[in-house]
Order: sequence, then C-alpha cells, then structure tokens
Amino acid sequence: MPFINFSKDEIQCKIVYYGCGFCGKTTNLLYIYKKTQDDVRGRMVSIDTDGDRTIFFDFLSLNLGKIRGFDIRVQLYTVPGQVHYDATRKLVLKGVDGVVFVADSLKTQREKNIESLINLAKNLAEKRLSIRTIPLVMQYNKRDLEAEGAEILPVDVLEKDLNSMLKAPNFNASAIKGEGVFETLREISKLVVKDVSKKILLEGKGRSLTGAGGL
Amino acid sequence: MDIILSEQDVQRIDACLTKVLNKSAAVSAFLIDRSGQLIANCGSPSTLDVSAFSALTAANFGATSEIAKLLGEQEFNLLFHKGQNENVYFSVVGENMIMVIVFDDRTTLGLVRLSINMIMDELLQILSPVYQDKG
Repeated sequence: MPFINFSKDEIQCKIVYYGCGFCGKTTNLLYIYKKTQDDVRGRMVSIDTDGDRTIFFDFLSLNLGKIRGFDIRVQLYTVPGQVHYDATRKLVLKGVDGVVFVADSLKTQREKNIESLINLAKNLAEKRLSIRTIPLVMQYNKRDLEAEGAEILPVDVLEKDLNSMLKAPNFNASAIKGEGVFETLREISKLVVKDVSKKILLEGKGRSLTGAGGL
Repeated sequence: MDIILSEQDVQRIDACLTKVLNKSAAVSAFLIDRSGQLIANCGSPSTLDVSAFSALTAANFGATSEIAKLLGEQEFNLLFHKGQNENVYFSVVGENMIMVIVFDDRTTLGLVRLSINMIMDELLQILSPVYQDKG
C-alpha cells in the first residue's frame, strides 16, 4: 500500500524480505545499513531474541532519490523466519508493496525454502494479494558456502523448486559478503515503483502526478 | 490499495494535529497508517527517527490487537506508555490509522484525550474519502 503525498511530492513504499529462519534476511538489511550514508537512511531497528533470531521484524528506511520530481522512500522490513511466528509475519506483510524472497542455498534447507514460499503465498492471499502479481524478486543466498565445502543446491534446482511458475527476477547472493545485496534491492525497488505508477495511472489518480512530471 | 493525499488533504490533517497540540500543550503529534507509514506529523520530534517510530507504532498496535483477540476483545483502541520524562498516547482513528501524541508533565493524559476527541470527527471526514477511493 504505497503512500503518495502530493504535499511533499513523496512516495513511500514497503518492501518485505521473506524466507525461512537463518536464510539471511537480516544480514541483507545490515549490509545495506552499513553501506549507505546517514543522509539516505534512518536507523536500523531490530526486535530480536538473545540468540539473534528475529522475533518480530527488522526495519530500515531508505531514501532512493527522486524519480520525476518525487522523492522515493522505501521501508525495508524482514519477517521472523521460524514456522511458529506466522501471526507476526502476517502483521509485517500488512500494506506490503513488494517482496524479496531470500532462499537459503544450503541443501539441508531445501524443504524449508519451499514451505516458506508456500506460507508467503498463503499469507498474501489472506490480504487479497497474489504472489503471481505482486512485485517479487528471488535471492539465492549463501552461494559463498560452496567454496567452504558446504553442500549447496545448484541454482537450476532452486529455480525449479521456487521460481518455475513465478518467473521472478533472481539473483545469486552472499549477503554476509554483500554480493547480490544491492542488485536485489535495486531490482525490487524498480519493480515496486513501476507497479505503483502503473496502478496510479490505471486508477485515474495520476492527475497531479502528471502535473509534477508524471512517474 | 494506495493512500493518495492531495496537498489540501495534507494541509487539513496538519491543521487537525496542530489543533491537538495547541489545545493540549503536548510535544508532538503523529498520524500513522497501520502498515507503518507516516502520514503526517507536527510539533517538535527533536532527533526522533520518525520512520522507525512509525514502523514500531504500527507493530505495537498490531501486537496489541492480537492480544485483544486472545482475550476475546475486538481491539484495544488506545494505548498509553508512561516514561520518566515523556509519555506516549496512541489512539485508533477509524479502521486504518493511529494517532500518536507525545507529551510531558506540562499537560495531562485527560487533556490530551479531550483534545483528540475534539478533532476526531473532522479527521475522519478528511480520511474517509481517501480510503473509499481505494475501492
């Protein structure tokens, strides 16, 4: 649910990083936080347990700059990955404009990735959103672990498991090293802004947008 | 579902928040969407990160709503947190918004609540077409 403020010429969007426990959602946000300047981001808020597991969410607000005269602000959230925090995931998904699905490349996590994606589809459907139409980016995380001898799933297996129907843009990543983190963020931001502008124009609410140069 | 506010809507909302502050002598006032988006704010939030504040407010309300449901209540429509120097009062506005007032010992909770009640109808009048527009 984007918020368009014509008084400030500002668009705010909500992007949620989704995925199973320990797949690297928080690590994505932490990397973005560390690599961006103070003037384009707010503080990073984390509600987690002593064991560094997200209990509610992480939050980071970013200013992406101007598009046709509008300041684009995105709010990045993560959800808790563990199965029993489903109520919390539903709360965080409220008003979501785009999703990054972070898949854990470890072979042992194969089932958990699939379960998490099904859970995402179900929770979106409860909010009358479709996983097939919402802006979505797949991130195959922890690709670096192969070099350390861990058994990881080949990308084509992850694609078949998670993305054969959805055909979402996908990125290989090592969030801990920062590889693929900004590529993922750039793609989801682009998709969300495009989706928001399309919806506004379709709904015939673009009158003032046109006045400001159009999206 | 989009929230689109014209310049005129924003000015009217700002005027409502200013009225609350003037009547109650509170420090700052915020209008926040339940998904965590800051819609408007006025007063002196000093160094407060308003985006993080809005996200946490929505989460706070979301969590409290779930507690209400567990207790068989439909919702708790107000929350109050008391601090050593500043206090925060949260109140639902219609189905989709939350008003948050930060105040200190120069005023009272009663006066804050009274000030909000005085502008609530006007605020709902401004907001209801915004949400109806979404279809």
